[in-house]
Amino acid sequence: MRRLDHVAELGFRVAAFSSAVATVGIFGFMAVLGYPLLTDGRLVEVLTSPWLPDQGAFGIFPMLAGTVLIASLAVLLAFPLSLGCASFVVVTGPRPLAGLLRKTVSVMTGVPTVIYGFVGVFLLVPVIRETFHHGSGMCILSAALCLAVLVSPTMILFFVDSFERVPLSQINAVDALGGTPVQKLLYVILPQAWPGVITGLVLGLGRAVGDTLIALMIAGNSVAIPHSMLDSARTLTAHIALIIAADFESLEFRTLFACGIVLYAFTALTVLLVRTVGTARKGAR
Amino acid sequence: MRGRAGEMLVIGYCWACALLLPGVLCCVLGFLILKGGHTLGLELIFGDTDPIDALLLRRPVFDGLFPAMVGTLSLVVLAVGLAIPVGISAGIYMAEYSRGAVKRCFSLLFDVLAGIPSIVVGLFGFSVAVFIHRHFSENIYPCLLISAVSLAFLVLPYLIRTTQVALEGVSESLRLTAPALGASRFQNIRYVLIPRALPGIISGVILSIGRCAEDTAVIMLTGVVATAGVPHTIFGGYEALPFFVYTVASQYADAQELSRGYGGAIVLLFLCGGLFFIAFGIKRRMMHRAVYRV
Repeated sequence: MRRLDHVAELGFRVAAFSSAVATVGIFGFMAVLGYPLLTDGRLVEVLTSPWLPDQGAFGIFPMLAGTVLIASLAVLLAFPLSLGCASFVVVTGPRPLAGLLRKTVSVMTGVPTVIYGFVGVFLLVPVIRETFHHGSGMCILSAALCLAVLVSPTMILFFVDSFERVPLSQINAVDALGGTPVQKLLYVILPQAWPGVITGLVLGLGRAVGDTLIALMIAGNSVAIPHSMLDSARTLTAHIALIIAADFESLEFRTLFACGIVLYAFTALTVLLVRTVGTARKGAR
Repeated sequence: MRGRAGEMLVIGYCWACALLLPGVLCCVLGFLILKGGHTLGLELIFGDTDPIDALLLRRPVFDGLFPAMVGTLSLVVLAVGLAIPVGISAGIYMAEYSRGAVKRCFSLLFDVLAGIPSIVVGLFGFSVAVFIHRHFSENIYPCLLISAVSLAFLVLPYLIRTTQVALEGVSESLRLTAPALGASRFQNIRYVLIPRALPGIISGVILSIGRCAEDTAVIMLTGVVATAGVPHTIFGGYEALPFFVYTVASQYADAQELSRGYGGAIVLLFLCGGLFFIAFGIKRRMMHRAVYRV
């Protein structure tokens, strides 16, 4: 029996260790293959110059701009919506309806992104085109609207969680003092729950940045630097999907690893941020 | 925010938000069913081919979803089959064996792994395939196996997290009972902790299945193709349901293919929605915390 114990522990340890190695390995592999880019300051050049393959310029600045614009607009749209929905679920909504909304939102997290992209192409894009009479309708605004629907459920579930963690004694105190539900929400729950709200916000942003299909299908994939919300744009993720057919040894292909490294670094940053907020919350209690 | 008017404003705003989001979901559902509802049926899946012949692989299906569905099924079985042993073992290690700095470090790494965009995992899988092709074996190129391995990486953190959370949720008194009676650590895990944590672990597995079935970004880089028929070998190309929906949206040839795309979207939506519904049904609360880090 002792022996089985040791073998099992060794097996579990190896599994965990190899999973951890995989995480580092993905980064390492990209760093090694993208190494020619990382030397003598060329990474900065790649990150700040435009994408003009005919002239031999393979900068990913337009894609960086596209990602930042689309993801931040999506989160900007999703945040107030999510806050409203979470408040409805926890405080202001009637019980049965609040429960129903919560279930609906949970199921919405399981809707495949390609479905949102598909419906976006055939339903949202024509509407945007008709409304603004600007280009094909495949633009930053369309992609951001679609992404907002995609990230909202995640944000709502985290907001609801953090609202419900506000100590019951404080909630009861407001009730005892004759406070209305809205007062409870604005003066007790929101000020208490802000670390959870930030966590949800950051994770929503992470999802918006990491999503490929919606931007690829709806944003139009132009490599020009976008100037308005109705311009077509390309994200880092869509760029990877579009350039993958290029020759493996080419400089063009190498820039994909720059995209990959930026996305990876952003992920690591969001994780660290969320953890810092989490620790701050624990410390405060 | 003093006075009645302000209160009504806040409540009204909450109602508006609460109606808007399910409204969007209804729009998506309604639009798909309106446009593609009439395609639902055996013909959508098997086209003109006889279903029995198709199922027995006697005759190929050209204008139906059958090859894509078989492709997705084999992909899910392979990927989840690869990820389950590693993921659950690693989850057990995280919950029961690791302590202190090692636990913190691994936990941070798994959070990062969970957050890596799927397209980056796809890029990794593609590069590995090309690397192997160049340096080790001419026969390896992006294929079903590469896709499955990449997807396994993608769902690994979900499995680890759900297993860990489920095991850590077992009450302290129950955790101490078997060791007090003389059981070894492994016996305790095998006979007490795992059975108790099983609902959580299973819902993690179901979520991983849903994640594998819906993912498009990884597979479009690692071997999925528009027309391949039913996959015969894990070293070849294959079709998949989400990729079919994607290709129809970007380059459909005729109205018939478009309506098949709507049909495919409905099938995929109900497949993934159903899997999530089951997973949430098994373990209702806190699932999203396990899925999206923290």
